[in-house]
Amino acid sequence: MIEIAIEKELLGSMGKMDLSINLSIESQSFVALSGQSGSGKTTLLRILAGLEKAKGKIVIDDEVWLDAKNALPPQQRGIGFVFQDYALFPNMSVLDNLLFVRNDKKLAMSLLEMTEMSELHARVPLSLSGGQKQRVSLCRAMMNRPKLLLMDEPLSALDPSMRTKLQHEILTLHKEFKTTTLMVSHDPSEIYRLSNRVIVLSQGKVIQDGDAKSVLLRTQGSQKFSFEGELLDIVKVDVIYIAIVSIGQQIVEVVLDESEAKDLYVGSIVSVSTKAFAPIIQSLKR
Amino acid sequence: MFETLKLIEFTPFLLSFKLAGITTAILFTIGVFLAWGLSQSTSKFKPILESITALPIVLPPSVIGFYVLFTLSHNSPLGAFVYEYFGIKMVFNFTGLVIASCFYSLPFMVQPLQSGFEALPKNMLEASYIAGKSKLVTLFKVALPNIKPSLMTAIVITFAHTVGEFGVVLMVGGSIPGQTKTAAVSIYEMVEIMNYNAAHIYSGIMVLISFLVLLLVYIFNRKQKHRLGGVS
Repeated sequence: MIEIAIEKELLGSMGKMDLSINLSIESQSFVALSGQSGSGKTTLLRILAGLEKAKGKIVIDDEVWLDAKNALPPQQRGIGFVFQDYALFPNMSVLDNLLFVRNDKKLAMSLLEMTEMSELHARVPLSLSGGQKQRVSLCRAMMNRPKLLLMDEPLSALDPSMRTKLQHEILTLHKEFKTTTLMVSHDPSEIYRLSNRVIVLSQGKVIQDGDAKSVLLRTQGSQKFSFEGELLDIVKVDVIYIAIVSIGQQIVEVVLDESEAKDLYVGSIVSVSTKAFAPIIQSLKR
Repeated sequence: MFETLKLIEFTPFLLSFKLAGITTAILFTIGVFLAWGLSQSTSKFKPILESITALPIVLPPSVIGFYVLFTLSHNSPLGAFVYEYFGIKMVFNFTGLVIASCFYSLPFMVQPLQSGFEALPKNMLEASYIAGKSKLVTLFKVALPNIKPSLMTAIVITFAHTVGEFGVVLMVGGSIPGQTKTAAVSIYEMVEIMNYNAAHIYSGIMVLISFLVLLLVYIFNRKQKHRLGGVS
């Protein structure tokens, strides 16, 4: 269980802003942090990591990381942190990047095995692709067997297919190491796939907090539409099926019958359209 | 030509290089920590410390020479103390030259190192802290190995600059043959006594050595850039 009650004054894009967060997070949960840029997501992660000062309290399983008197330095928190820009050590090979954290070759090799990176263990970071670099960064973060894994938009610099692959690996590691994970993300399909709780920040405050579906779903009006999207999930509800589709930056539900559900598989690109309503054309005032 | 070469006394060159070598070694030891401290500092006093470090670039060498003489001669409390308890004289000998050179060349060591450290991605250093490593371990295992071009620049420029120093050496060292008479001082004296032949040869050697040293630095830095592709 992680108890967070922190306050910090920030200089945001719109002048001064108070970051004020009160949260308790279940152990081993996967929390997605979302919200516009400048809303305080990254700062929250950095405060949790001990990289930035704040007032208040952070307690993790009876271990006090921050209170009025003390702030545990990042060295003693035993966390994992994955940066958006990887932050690998260019002077060390892939394997040495991992061993730098903890000299445990067996763990390092098994992590590289899990992320299909073991063949590249002797390479230096410069010779790796973005996706490969982020895998190394992810493995490095797990070398501490962290109780808390913090990820700051870890996949936003990668192309969609690499993202999907890495999302799967993140989830595997999260479960394997039984960590509590906090991830900053803007991608609804990523949030839906990975998290079991979504927290949306705005101007330093929590404005939404719930499961991915309730936070991300937006009902459409009665417009006729035809959108392309990615099929994220098919859920059976009594006798019908509900397809969850990610379209643009949104997630929608489509009711299916059994025969339709059979022909679709999760992860495929689908088009969602309706013919039930006649299109309405209105001139837009210019 | 060869006969003139034979007559050339090489002691001043050896002395110049010995002085530069020792000064560079001392300044490297101090400079790494000072530059690291400055690069990581967010203190409001940082500009003051930075200005003090950079002062020798701006000050005339005679000013540095004067203060070093004033502070270290056996008439000063510090000079008297060191002479009485350790038996070491700190001016008009090689020791004095080393001390004065350390002040004179300090910015040439600190500034390249500091800008090298400052150019390192902040995240990379933070990743090391999160991995449980102290600032000191981070300095030696992560920061220093990733600023090799700056390291090379700092060391070579400090060395070359000390070889080329003149005013401070003349003031603090006098011109004692075999002790404090460096190549730069010798050239000055040769011109004074109108021995232009020798002055030409000495100056030519200095130009050649300096050029080769700088050439090496630029070639090394070019190779490093290709190898590391910049730190990203």
